[in-house]
Amino acid sequence: MAQPLVKKDDDRDDEADYSPFLGIEKGAVLQEARVFNDPQLDPRRCSQVITKLLYLLNQGETFTKVEATEVFFAVTKLFQSKDIGLRRMVYVMIKELSPSADEVIIVTSSLMKDMTSKTDMYRANAIRVLCRITDGTLLTQIERYLKQAIVDKNPVVASAALVSGIHLLQTNPEIVKRWSNEVQEAVQSRAALVQFHALALLHQIRQNDRLAVNKLVSSLTKGSVRSPLAQCLLIRYTSQVIRESANTQAGDRPFYDFLEGCLRHKAEMVIFEAARAITELNGVTTRELTPAITVLQLFLSSSKPVLRFAAVRTLNKVAMTHPMAVTNCNIDMESLISDQNRSIATLAITTLLKTGNESSVDRLMKQITNFMSDIADEFKIVVVEAIRSLCLKFPLKHRSLMNFLSNILREEGGFDYKKAIVDSIVILIRDIPEAKETGLLHLCEFIEDCEFTYLSTQILHFLGIEGPKTSDPSKYIRYIYNRVHLENATVRAAAVSTLAKFGAMVDTLKPRIFVLLRRCLFDNDDEVRDRATLYLNTLGGDGAVVQTGEDVKEFLFGSLDIPLVNLENSLKNYEPSEESFDIYSVPREVKTQPLAEKKAPGKKPTGLGAPPAGPPSTVDAYEKLLSSIPEFANFGKLFKSSAPVELTEAETEYAVNVVKHIFDGHVVFQYNCTNTIPEQLLENVTVIVDASEAEEFAEVASKPLRSLPYDSPGQTFVAFEKPEGIPAVGKFSNMLRFIVKEVDPSTGEAEDDGVEDEYQLEELEVVAADYILKVGVSNFRNAWESMGADCERIDEYGLGPRESLAEAVNAVIDLLGMQPCEGTEVVPNNSRSHTCLLSGVYIGNVKVLVRLQFGLDGPKDVAMKLAVRSEDEAVSDAIHEIVASG
Amino acid sequence: MELCPLIKNILLLDSEGKRIAVKYYSDDWPTNSAKEAFEKAVFAKTQKTNARTEAEITMFDNYIVVYKFVQDLHFFVTGGENENEIILATVLQGFFDAVGLLLRGNEDKKEALENLDLILLCLDEIVDGGVILETDANVIAGKVDSHSMDAGAPLSEQTITQALATAREHLARSLLQ
Repeated sequence: MAQPLVKKDDDRDDEADYSPFLGIEKGAVLQEARVFNDPQLDPRRCSQVITKLLYLLNQGETFTKVEATEVFFAVTKLFQSKDIGLRRMVYVMIKELSPSADEVIIVTSSLMKDMTSKTDMYRANAIRVLCRITDGTLLTQIERYLKQAIVDKNPVVASAALVSGIHLLQTNPEIVKRWSNEVQEAVQSRAALVQFHALALLHQIRQNDRLAVNKLVSSLTKGSVRSPLAQCLLIRYTSQVIRESANTQAGDRPFYDFLEGCLRHKAEMVIFEAARAITELNGVTTRELTPAITVLQLFLSSSKPVLRFAAVRTLNKVAMTHPMAVTNCNIDMESLISDQNRSIATLAITTLLKTGNESSVDRLMKQITNFMSDIADEFKIVVVEAIRSLCLKFPLKHRSLMNFLSNILREEGGFDYKKAIVDSIVILIRDIPEAKETGLLHLCEFIEDCEFTYLSTQILHFLGIEGPKTSDPSKYIRYIYNRVHLENATVRAAAVSTLAKFGAMVDTLKPRIFVLLRRCLFDNDDEVRDRATLYLNTLGGDGAVVQTGEDVKEFLFGSLDIPLVNLENSLKNYEPSEESFDIYSVPREVKTQPLAEKKAPGKKPTGLGAPPAGPPSTVDAYEKLLSSIPEFANFGKLFKSSAPVELTEAETEYAVNVVKHIFDGHVVFQYNCTNTIPEQLLENVTVIVDASEAEEFAEVASKPLRSLPYDSPGQTFVAFEKPEGIPAVGKFSNMLRFIVKEVDPSTGEAEDDGVEDEYQLEELEVVAADYILKVGVSNFRNAWESMGADCERIDEYGLGPRESLAEAVNAVIDLLGMQPCEGTEVVPNNSRSHTCLLSGVYIGNVKVLVRLQFGLDGPKDVAMKLAVRSEDEAVSDAIHEIVASG
Repeated sequence: MELCPLIKNILLLDSEGKRIAVKYYSDDWPTNSAKEAFEKAVFAKTQKTNARTEAEITMFDNYIVVYKFVQDLHFFVTGGENENEIILATVLQGFFDAVGLLLRGNEDKKEALENLDLILLCLDEIVDGGVILETDANVIAGKVDSHSMDAGAPLSEQTITQALATAREHLARSLLQ
């Protein structure tokens, strides 16, 4: 018990470092454990040794199998002692050792004796130990005692049996299920914890029987539960029943009254559990929310941090779906900004940012400014992101929000934090035209004193794109040229490129830029000098102010349409010879992965990582590629290229995917093939397309691939004619045909003779969505209004039973292949209706805007109202046709 | 199981973040090094806060941690991110107060280590395999300390005679040593 385990040192100065376990060592303690075998047991001594053993285990020490077995057998001897304290330690020790099945037998009889003892403490603990270490066969032997224990008048014994039942249900459900009568009786116990444990076990026994759970909840919600913990459980079960009953009839939700009643319970944990349950109800109404919000609001001003945290965390979640419901708490929330607990303060701020209205933004920003200086970077990033979304919500407030961002940009902070701020500013510049000039100036000021090379170069690049398009590009030159003086070589090189971009885009600035560039010719870094020389020569730095040709601009600043990996590979393979390196011989096809990334749902702007010329660059690349093939040169302008569609399973011999290129009167399939067998060379690769299920299409040309070596992607094309301007659809089956030649892996030489072979590919479909371009609009409402209702078509559709509203929304977006606007593709959890805005360009360059209104009709049925506006009513009708036939 | 409030771990650390007694009820930390890493992270995150009058709370790595300090003893209770914070705080308070009763008001590291057997029994009485067994500090301390008196009688209800008997026993034992 309460005395030191080793002798106290007389020197009291050592007290600070004093520990009874100082210098403890496993081997020595295991030796000490021999006292367990003494014929005359010293309970106190034995207790101390067990404590030492437990201490070692607790510190992470492990016993070998042999050691554990030895200790276990020694410990079992201690059942001879009648000392209660020692017995308790023996119980704990046995649980810690978790003996194997054959060892368990040794203690079973001792534990069973304790289980039937007159001392309640023995009974309760023996049950817990026995159930922890037992297996199924032993369980049937002791089942009778356990059933009795469940209804024992001593609450500790009953709880021990019930909690053991909860654990045993995982391993021996059929046995535990036989106890439900006793468990049901225990639910009525007057002892709070027994009631809690009994309810938990009873529910788990019945959890797969919905009707039984329903009955359990209806009978208990009438009010026989006393324990707060049991009441919390009941609230959880009730919300589960509500969720599953999915009763969508208007009017009162079943059991809502019970939940609301729990808001007036005297235990805080019950009040909170009920409030949280209400906020998480499916499709909760404002009227249902109000009482829950009210109690949470009271918690906000509690003296207990835990209550404040719980309340603000829940309100933060509510604010995502029902911002208006939370606005009542804004005053309390504002006082939490100065909360000692920074987690609470951050949650409060982000909640306020979600619920704030336009007029409160300025006041809020003032408060946040004080707060920002004393929180950790991880919290600051959360706040920055919240401010960014706020700014996109209230574009008119961009001035103060942008100011805020630039202020915090100047303060101390790590890379991730600074990057989050810079990314936010970039996104705001891109999405809010009015914010552009100030935003760019803020970025300019930031790079004057920026310690992160990565951020400096990215900002310089961004300046080069956006700067020349502003009303007065000359004001940025100073900031950029300063970099050439003051920074490391990487940043200097980036600054030179940016200067050159200004020179190329803005003719009036040319003479000044040339002067600056010429100074860079004396830089001590090769790359900087090389860049300066290149730009001076190509832009005509000989003094004459000439218009820079489009081709030069394209050469200098156009996007490199060759994947860098492929270029790198080709350059590695290139052997210096008479023939110079031909950049056009580099394969253009990426191994599908980067493209796959692009079509990934992450459509949100990702800041500097994705320069504004995102999607167009691939279209440009395809366009260039196709126009270089004479057979397709007269097809006109490329309207749309689809994302690659895989035609083979992953990891097959030949990997093929297809890109559908849509022209006004033609469709070209570009098959990207990869040969994954090192021992083979494929020649004369073509795809034989069967268009019998695509009546309106007629094959007009096909371009085979001459040779397809191992692991070097190549393309073959097939072109079809189709009625002009008509969104013809159809199904195509594909067969890859080629000549296989064996390759000697040691020399890499192919044999002369080849064998003709075929390889079945999956089918390919041209669908209506292929004729619609994803083109977003920045302000949907304006676009919608200005389009006018002249060519509007509205109709309603039933979409039948669906998994969820979100699933239905995504299905329609995919079907139409249009760009969701203003983040409306995201359906908030629990909502029962949703409006989704889409925009796109239909073949023939007709702008189309779509407003989709979804609603749940019955438990799973989704109904949709589709409103289409376009410049041509035939197109509006066509969209409806797509939906009607989809 | 998932609807029942579950405790992931209970930690009692010293003022340097070292273990005094810990108990894990979840497989989220399968190895001792994973456990130590978690303890280190929790300690680093909470060290600077003042959790001496009221229990404090933080959230990280999708766990909710409630904690309370006294002298050089740091008490922590961890639950999943969807756990009711107030239930976790109730468990913490039960543990905290029970240890206070068992150490008879001398709550410091030295006293805790000297009475490690009581602390371990205390942990054993609060949570069983993640399920909350008892949250009332008097009942917990009573069960732990029961062998010098009737089982289940709360410590606060000891009679003077019992208290004297206990004291006498202690004295006798320390003399014997």
